[in-house]
Amino acid sequence: MTTTTTSPVLTATGVTMRFGGLTAVRSVDLDVHPGEIVGLIGPNGAGKTTFFNCLTGLYVPTEGNVAYQGTVLPPKPHLVTQAGIARTFQNIRLFANMTVLENVLVGRHTRTKEGLWSALLRGPGFKRAEAASKARAMELLEFTGLADKADHLSRNLAYGEQRKLEIARALASDPGLLLLDEPTAGMNPQETRATEELVFAIRDMGTAVLVIEHDMRFIFNLCDRVAVLVQGQKLIEGTSDVVQSDERVIAAYLGTPFEGAPGAEEAAEVTAAEAGAAKAGPTDGGATDSGSTEAGATDGGPANPGAANPGAARNEAQRGTTARTEDGQ
Amino acid sequence: MTTDKTQPTPAHEAETGTAHTTEAGTTAPRTTWLRALTAAGGVAAVASTFLAWTWTAEFPGDLTVYGYPGGLQLLTLVLGIVTAVFALAALGLKGLRWLTPSGSTQALRLLALGTFAVTWFTVIAIAVDLGGMVNLEPGGWIAALVTAAPVATTFLLPDDTRPLCRPKQLPSWAEILIIAAVFATGLYVVNYGIQTDADHPEPFLGYLIAVGFTAVALVKAGLVSRISELTTAYRSTTLVAALITAIVFPFFQDKSSFTELGVNIAIFATVALGLNIVVGLAGLLDLGYVAFLGVGAYTAALVSGAAASTIDVKFPFWAAVIIGGVVSLIFGVVIGAPTLRLRGDYLAIVTLGFGEIFRLAMLNLDGTSGPSVTNGPDGIPNIPPLEIFGFNFNDDHSFAGLTLDSNGNYYLLMLLVTILVVLIFSRAGNSRIGRAWVAIREDETAATAMGINGFRVKLIAFALGATLAGVAGAVWAHFQSTVVPEQYVFAGPVPPNSTFLVAAVILGGMGTIGGPLLGATLLYLIPKKLEFLQDYQLLAFGIALILLMRFRPEGIVPNRRQQLEYHETGQLDVPGATGLKDGAVGVTKAEA
Ligand SMILES: Nc1ncnc2c1ncn2[C@@H]1O[C@H](COP(=O)(O)OP(=O)(O)OP(=O)(O)O)[C@@H](O)[C@H]1O
Ligand SMILES: [Mg+2]
Repeated sequence: MTTTTTSPVLTATGVTMRFGGLTAVRSVDLDVHPGEIVGLIGPNGAGKTTFFNCLTGLYVPTEGNVAYQGTVLPPKPHLVTQAGIARTFQNIRLFANMTVLENVLVGRHTRTKEGLWSALLRGPGFKRAEAASKARAMELLEFTGLADKADHLSRNLAYGEQRKLEIARALASDPGLLLLDEPTAGMNPQETRATEELVFAIRDMGTAVLVIEHDMRFIFNLCDRVAVLVQGQKLIEGTSDVVQSDERVIAAYLGTPFEGAPGAEEAAEVTAAEAGAAKAGPTDGGATDSGSTEAGATDGGPANPGAANPGAARNEAQRGTTARTEDGQ
Repeated sequence: MTTDKTQPTPAHEAETGTAHTTEAGTTAPRTTWLRALTAAGGVAAVASTFLAWTWTAEFPGDLTVYGYPGGLQLLTLVLGIVTAVFALAALGLKGLRWLTPSGSTQALRLLALGTFAVTWFTVIAIAVDLGGMVNLEPGGWIAALVTAAPVATTFLLPDDTRPLCRPKQLPSWAEILIIAAVFATGLYVVNYGIQTDADHPEPFLGYLIAVGFTAVALVKAGLVSRISELTTAYRSTTLVAALITAIVFPFFQDKSSFTELGVNIAIFATVALGLNIVVGLAGLLDLGYVAFLGVGAYTAALVSGAAASTIDVKFPFWAAVIIGGVVSLIFGVVIGAPTLRLRGDYLAIVTLGFGEIFRLAMLNLDGTSGPSVTNGPDGIPNIPPLEIFGFNFNDDHSFAGLTLDSNGNYYLLMLLVTILVVLIFSRAGNSRIGRAWVAIREDETAATAMGINGFRVKLIAFALGATLAGVAGAVWAHFQSTVVPEQYVFAGPVPPNSTFLVAAVILGGMGTIGGPLLGATLLYLIPKKLEFLQDYQLLAFGIALILLMRFRPEGIVPNRRQQLEYHETGQLDVPGATGLKDGAVGVTKAEA
């Protein structure tokens, strides 16, 4: 495990993403250093996935830029992967009708060069490269525990295995930074534990990890640093302890109103956009009030997300999310 | 007659009395009886073909002779034998059990239905063609009756479909012999179809019915899976066998027009396979593919030294082929570069437009509406015959007592191109670039996020497809010895047209090698043999494709991947991109 004193692998500066009137990500700065596991949390719709898409070039950020090891990346997904950032998707996006092995081999694409000619001529170089790719892919399947499923179609894997395969496929490009978008979504507790181990192992191989997750126990166990995104803005960034005890985070998750919430205007904007055609105006009190009282009443006030019963905390976090937009006003 | 036919039944019963005890003692006596009756029915059907079915030789194939089956009777004869043999295999007759590795009932039903359909088709055709039932001799009535009986018995049989059982280990020479026999049979069956009388639709229709039912029966019996196991195990033997079969084809044709059918099939199959790289592997819908064939053909014609060519040069054939390919490649890149950056449907629209523009441009580059290049609607006729190393393709040549005529020469040349394209398809498909194509087809966003330069990879597929069409076009121009614009339309009654090619790929099976070859063969041969379809060909085409999409969306030859995609049930469902987001969060919530 390398120290964090080296220059960062990832530097995101002032990343902003607007969709029409909606600012999904607003001026977010984030560094990831080699050998680090960084968590990215935030309520649903906070803009975490959008931020990932900006990092990987799937979206061209409206403002700001992303640098990998000091070099600013062009917003083209294949160039980002080529540079050394690999990712998984929140909504699994495997090549469903390819085998498990083929999926990982596709991940090797940027690290191999054999073009059409060498495929047609099948020289010794081609065979060597192909064998090396296969060997590396099998190694990764071994690493993620999918080796015995190599010849299965990826669509036939169980849900948890599909998530693992996404990780194996991403690792195939030998990334310096791995972005995981909710890697344990839909997993049972054992699988989640196994994924935790897997992420540690990936870090130990020398790949920095930036991970989005709603499972607080998972995040706080794993991460050296956690950044909290609320309504597109970075609320706070720090170690697990700092983040867990920050009342603004608790508030953001649980929906307690507080002074100077960073997303206030933002939420108003969202409501305005949503009201859109109806021209109902940004202020409509009644319904939202009852919403927040209800949330407050059932949850019984602020709670520490990292408290003794993380499951319950997560539950509250999820429910708090619903109240969030309304409370923001 | 009929009583005569029931006699074998007790005999078979006796034989199987011992055999069926080996089947774990589960066969009910009723089942045994029904199988024996089916076998008897098969034998009866065979016997009935030795009778006269009609009194006049006006019906194609001469079905008037006692003791000598002819024409459509032969199909009933063969199907009757096959039905009887499979029924005996179902009865557990020693030495025949290998015929039904995955169950016999479904195969028997299909065979019985096939025999019935062919026979009744013949009988009805006799009555209709000759104007009334009076034209049927007693033999025709008997045949109709005895082929109906097995349909009844097989549908009373219980279904015994089982997973493919382990084959008995055969020595490898025997397995290789089996492969050889399969190819020989295949060649015979194809020859039979090609050589049917094109003046009358009846023999070919009967042939289609017989082949269709038998093929499905063989699939159901598990024989096809068994054979594909063998061909995978002996890959190089299979390739050699396929090659030999293809090479000897022209030597078996007694009419030059049959060989010509072969050349055309080879050309269209090759072009369809080239299109399959674009459509099947990379998932790009190219609706103007025929234009690339045209580019190759026109280019080759222009440099062929034809008197009508506006360019006064005569390139050797190899140079013409290369130039045809290269010019096609250039057009491919010019068309592809701007459109492949966009997603999906734009390519279909642009290629559709390109196809039409090509045809219109060829029509108008006649010296009056535009520069004089192509002679407009007259095209470039009288392309001189090919000559490679003094081997003139329009002359007959004899080797070892076998004569190869002009069509035969072109057939072998075209076969070379087919082999080249098959090689390119399989090598490119099974490599880094091929995987990238499939990945793009499966999920373009994920593919680019895995580091694939989508535009570049798609352009390579598109350009490769165009080049292969150009090469085939260059050969085609020489074979036809003329090129005219009207050959290159989007849809029309005569192949090649873009619809024909796309349909061949879809019908045969996308992403496979065998699919487009088979698809093009069927789509070319059927209209050729059934000329009455001519006016309704596009309608029949459309109906066939709709039926296919409904019942076998993966095509006749399924890609392993797609077969699973369309037919696997009870599989873990991968939720769609949008559904999953909610689903995933939902699970997290529920779990918390
Ligand atoms: N392509 C798009 N066009 C318009 N709006 C978008 C687009 N992508 C995301 N958004 C919006 O941006 C906001 C942030 O969405 P995002 O998916 O990034 O949230 P998230 O933090 O990943 O949430 P979750 O935890 O549910 O995954 C949402 O309001 C979403 O509707
Ligand atoms: Mg998300």
